[in-house]
Amino acid sequence: MTGAGVTIEAPAPAPASRAPGVIFIFKKALISALVALVLFSLMIGIRTEAGPEGQLIWWTRFGDLAAMVAIVFGGSIVMELLRQWWGPVGTIRVIPPSVHGALALARRGIAPVLLIFTFLVPVIFYNQRYILDLGILVLTYVMLGWGLNVVVGLAGLLDLGYVAFYAVGAYSYALLATNFGLSFWICLPLAGILAALWGVMLGFPVLRLRGDYLAIVTLAFGEIIRLVITNWQSLTGGPNGVSGIPRPTFFGIPLTPGPDGLAAKLGIEFSPTHRIVFLFYIILLLALLTNWVTIRLRRLPIGRAWEALREDEVACRALGINITTTKLTAFATGAMFGGFAGAFFATRQGFISPESFTFQESALVLAIVVLGGMGSQLGVALAALIMIGGFELFRGLEQYRMLVFGVAMVLLMIWRPRGLIGHRAPTVFLRHSQAISSDLVKEGHG
Amino acid sequence: MDYFAQQLINGIVLGSIYGLIAIGYTMVYGIVGMINFAHGDIFMIGGFIALISFLILVSIGLTVVPVILLIVLLVSMAITALYGWTVERIAYRPLRHSFRLAPMLSAIGMSFVLSNFSQVAQGARVKPVPPIITGGYTLFEGDGFAVRLSNVQIVVVITTVVLLLIFSWLVSRTRLGRDMRACEQDQTMAALLGVDVDRTISMTFVIGAALAAVAGMMYLLYYGLVDFFMGFVAGIKAFTAAVLGGIGSLPGAMLGGLAIGLIETLWSAYFSVEYKDVAAFSILIIVLIFMPTGLLGRPEVEKV
Repeated sequence: MTGAGVTIEAPAPAPASRAPGVIFIFKKALISALVALVLFSLMIGIRTEAGPEGQLIWWTRFGDLAAMVAIVFGGSIVMELLRQWWGPVGTIRVIPPSVHGALALARRGIAPVLLIFTFLVPVIFYNQRYILDLGILVLTYVMLGWGLNVVVGLAGLLDLGYVAFYAVGAYSYALLATNFGLSFWICLPLAGILAALWGVMLGFPVLRLRGDYLAIVTLAFGEIIRLVITNWQSLTGGPNGVSGIPRPTFFGIPLTPGPDGLAAKLGIEFSPTHRIVFLFYIILLLALLTNWVTIRLRRLPIGRAWEALREDEVACRALGINITTTKLTAFATGAMFGGFAGAFFATRQGFISPESFTFQESALVLAIVVLGGMGSQLGVALAALIMIGGFELFRGLEQYRMLVFGVAMVLLMIWRPRGLIGHRAPTVFLRHSQAISSDLVKEGHG
Repeated sequence: MDYFAQQLINGIVLGSIYGLIAIGYTMVYGIVGMINFAHGDIFMIGGFIALISFLILVSIGLTVVPVILLIVLLVSMAITALYGWTVERIAYRPLRHSFRLAPMLSAIGMSFVLSNFSQVAQGARVKPVPPIITGGYTLFEGDGFAVRLSNVQIVVVITTVVLLLIFSWLVSRTRLGRDMRACEQDQTMAALLGVDVDRTISMTFVIGAALAAVAGMMYLLYYGLVDFFMGFVAGIKAFTAAVLGGIGSLPGAMLGGLAIGLIETLWSAYFSVEYKDVAAFSILIIVLIFMPTGLLGRPEVEKV
């Protein structure tokens, strides 16, 4: 590592200094391959499976093992070459001002373009059910990302159990609707309020915790909610979940083919796509509501208190900001949006089970927020698009999906720990706004 | 009373396994100050490697159980230790001076990588093994209920105790242990005084992973199965144990492990099996709220 650093930092590597580089790269690749050989020798070289009589049988897969080791060897060489070409991680690259100006223009222009495009998606892709479904999925995650962004990005409280509020919202709507026949539009605010209450309930005990401890407690909280849902069979149906969740109506008019349906009332031919488009606009409006509320809140004292809390909790307390209310409102606001998204999820699926609310879901939403640059609304939306789109690309490789996701998360943290749009503009400023690259900002201990 | 005694034995055995994993968490937290989220999955990998090496040894015709166990123990410790080293090298070392959340998120990613790697490599189904160590003793027999101490339980507890002795000797008496304690106190100062900080941190991960491998093997012996998902829950519980004992404290980790093992076993025995994980997680939350420094931990001073 140190040897590499020396060769890399030389401004223009002369051929003389390249020669030991080749040996170095080769040696490094050889070591990597050896390590890989040992690591994979048993895990890949041998495959075990429970046989017909319950006892384990095994067979060898030395071909796969050799292939993996070769991949590691080749990959190591490529990585090292790339590193020599690209320079060490963390180098601040000087961007020419013209490019910078173009980038700033693109950054300003991308949000409205994206918004208009999103509004037009159901029109453009009306006949492509798959794209509409994918759009709904992406928007759900955009909403979840924006919701979690309030907690993680603005208030700086690392929440690993966000899926709990999603679950609370989904189950609130599902149970209220199936047991009491309440409509989606009544349940939606109720789901949000209930989730917010749970947010406060989680928030109260963890007020004193920070950083990693907070993360692990929220994780435990998320798991507790999931375990209770799984085991409280009489209420939630346990692992079988809740089915037959009613669809949302358009001001009381259902989107069904019958004579009472919206299509019949409007005098147009019924098509199942209407419902999909309707759902698409519901989640789009919900997401935009989340975004709008967040942007407005950031201009209120409470939003500024959140940002101050993120930067330095001790200083916040010294300045007389009430830490308790600040943290609790952050948790409650984030949880409320999670609850809305959960209610929407329940009504879209028509069926929910605890399997939808695992830790992986929390990690995915958190990854979206981090990839989006923690605090940037546009970044989160783009990150959700990239992540969910990327997930869809790997749909064919079902079992490799989470593996790829994990690798992506590690690589992302190594290369861009501040997210793709690593940029944090302060909301409050003296005389003129000055954008600070978030690479330069030191995180508080929130 | 007899029922209670039996649960006590079961709890101590389970607690030993948790304690072994918890040591890995507490050591890493002490030195690097991060939660090694992937540690539970290292434990799972250890279980898998023990299983595979056991299968190979049996099918090449080895029948002497103690020899098999010893070889399996050494092989799984060695390979899993290498996993620990690799994880640190790939996912944590580049982030050592990055912002606070980065190593944590990278660790979560690594945890997904490890568990899904073993799912892809070894299949998603639970892998059962026949009981390797059989037999046991009946300690005493009450009214129709015999308190039994099986040989597996004896092996688990004895292995744990022996390893802990070796481990505490390593930390308190050797050069490496001194380096580790120095790095825990002040990394910059330790580096100035000639301690190779990178190497010491690597060794910490290696030792933690080796102990987790032992825990994985003990789990395999005790429960007779492994699956790719077992690392997650076991990991959180072991972390709970580390926090309960006071994070950063090695005897605390073991003590916390025993406490969590006992609580979980007694909860399943007297209340409900379904909610045993809820009980363990609730304890984590309660401990962190009411005594964040744990049983044997040092209070953390808040610095600006």
